[in-house]
Amino acid sequence: MSFSAAQWRGHFPLLAAHPKLHYLDNAATGQLCEAALDAVTSHELQHRANVLRGTYRLAEQADAAYENARRQVAAYLNAAGPEEVVFTAGTTAAINLLAHAFGEGLDAGDEVVLSLAEHHSNFVPWQMLRERRGVALRFLPLAADGRLDLSRLDEFVSQRCKLVAVTHASNVTGAVTDLAPLVAAARAVGARVLVDGAQAVQHGQVDVAALGVDFYAFSGHKAFAPTGVGVLWGRSEALAALPPFLGGGGMIGRVTAGETTWAPPPRRFEAGTPPIAQAVGLGAALDWLRAQPWADMHAHTARLAQRLMDGLAVLPGLTFLGPRDLRQRLPIVSFTLAGIHPHDACQILDGHGVAVRGGHHCAQPLMDCFGVAGAVRASLVPYNDEADVGALLAGLKDAMRKLG
Amino acid sequence: MSADDLYQQDILDLANSADGAGRLGAPDGAAQGDSPLCGDRVRMEVRLDGGHIVALAHETKGCLLCRAAAAAIGRRAVGLDAARVAALRGEVAELFAGQAAAVPSWPELQCFEPVRAHRSRHGCVLLPFDVLAAAMDNANRA
Repeated sequence: MSFSAAQWRGHFPLLAAHPKLHYLDNAATGQLCEAALDAVTSHELQHRANVLRGTYRLAEQADAAYENARRQVAAYLNAAGPEEVVFTAGTTAAINLLAHAFGEGLDAGDEVVLSLAEHHSNFVPWQMLRERRGVALRFLPLAADGRLDLSRLDEFVSQRCKLVAVTHASNVTGAVTDLAPLVAAARAVGARVLVDGAQAVQHGQVDVAALGVDFYAFSGHKAFAPTGVGVLWGRSEALAALPPFLGGGGMIGRVTAGETTWAPPPRRFEAGTPPIAQAVGLGAALDWLRAQPWADMHAHTARLAQRLMDGLAVLPGLTFLGPRDLRQRLPIVSFTLAGIHPHDACQILDGHGVAVRGGHHCAQPLMDCFGVAGAVRASLVPYNDEADVGALLAGLKDAMRKLG
Repeated sequence: MSADDLYQQDILDLANSADGAGRLGAPDGAAQGDSPLCGDRVRMEVRLDGGHIVALAHETKGCLLCRAAAAAIGRRAVGLDAARVAALRGEVAELFAGQAAAVPSWPELQCFEPVRAHRSRHGCVLLPFDVLAAAMDNANRA
């Protein structure tokens, strides 16, 4: 299958309806692909019912669709099986689930190792756990370009470490984390590894078996699927060892006045009615993504990112946040402009039909490391093209003329 | 409503005037506020006499709109009491809600009218007013 950005763009109804929109905020939310939209529409029109409860045919059809989505997610992640896939409301919900369930087994003196490059969703839940359980947080330092500095891992991942929780790729710098040494360090002390994959899954298939991690979290809305659905993948034995987080319908074995027993994973972690149609849409999106020509698509986005960075580099007063080497990063490009606030730049860019995000990107500890309050971020995916990059660069020049 | 309407010369001039920027030696009250959206930070310091502002200074790390609002406060706030500050904050909110008085109390407030069309930016203008109110509250309680 050959790749064409224009053809790919045609698979995204919103973009097809707005041909003049230069959508470069994909790190916040990817546009919904038609495969997901069609799956959601079909499910809601033909198979809508609650799941794992009813015995009538419609309910069984809904069950089948929901469990098929679990299989589709498992296939995308190269997981051992669908029972390792827990549907959540998103990455944030997945990490909060783990912070509660895994955190139940931690005590004062235990340590959780994070990095200063984390999105708040992989930062704040662990601070809250620190308040609840008295665990200590250790923060991996960053190199000047925002990549994790793994040169002193043995100082941070000690015998007291129970969990290493890091991002797969920064939502600000695009820097891809070198997970292998982190996994090895965690294994050496018997700690688990959680990876926040919110920025990674939309850039190609993820192989959790090859990564060797224990937990992997991501969101549907960044992977061209509906909002309101996400995944916590966990190794079977790792999930089986955890207590539930939320209690309610669907997650029980048996409830009596005296006690309640838990359903096995993944249902143990899916109390209440799950996001059924959204999960069906996510499964369809991932199935569609799995069939795409990723080598060509990676070459396309890398070419665009290079063009963008080359164009930005000549703008006076512009500073990049993140590594310059595209082999170490995803096509997420953040930068500051001397004397121009990111929100003001974004406002001018909006006038050029360019949608980018400005601000701290829910990564204030990382912003503190860079010594800035915020940045402008352009995040590329395969439906972006030369016109998007050109419009961004032209808009920035206009912003500098008006505000600089 | 385009970005050009937002970034008119009078709002640029107001922001760049940075009126009131700095610190007071010994404020009666101070407060700091952050925008959860963008990380902007405003610090306001006030000295009061009988509940009225006699001196004010602010440190504003923010966008043009936030800096312009802080500068308007720096230019006009001396003499106000807490109730008047609340009323001015209300005037700005009404401006954004399309219910503004025909003539704003401060002529500078009129330049924020185009912000009305940009809901995500309302907080940029309101933040300095909220921080000033908190600073006065701290001073009155001290």
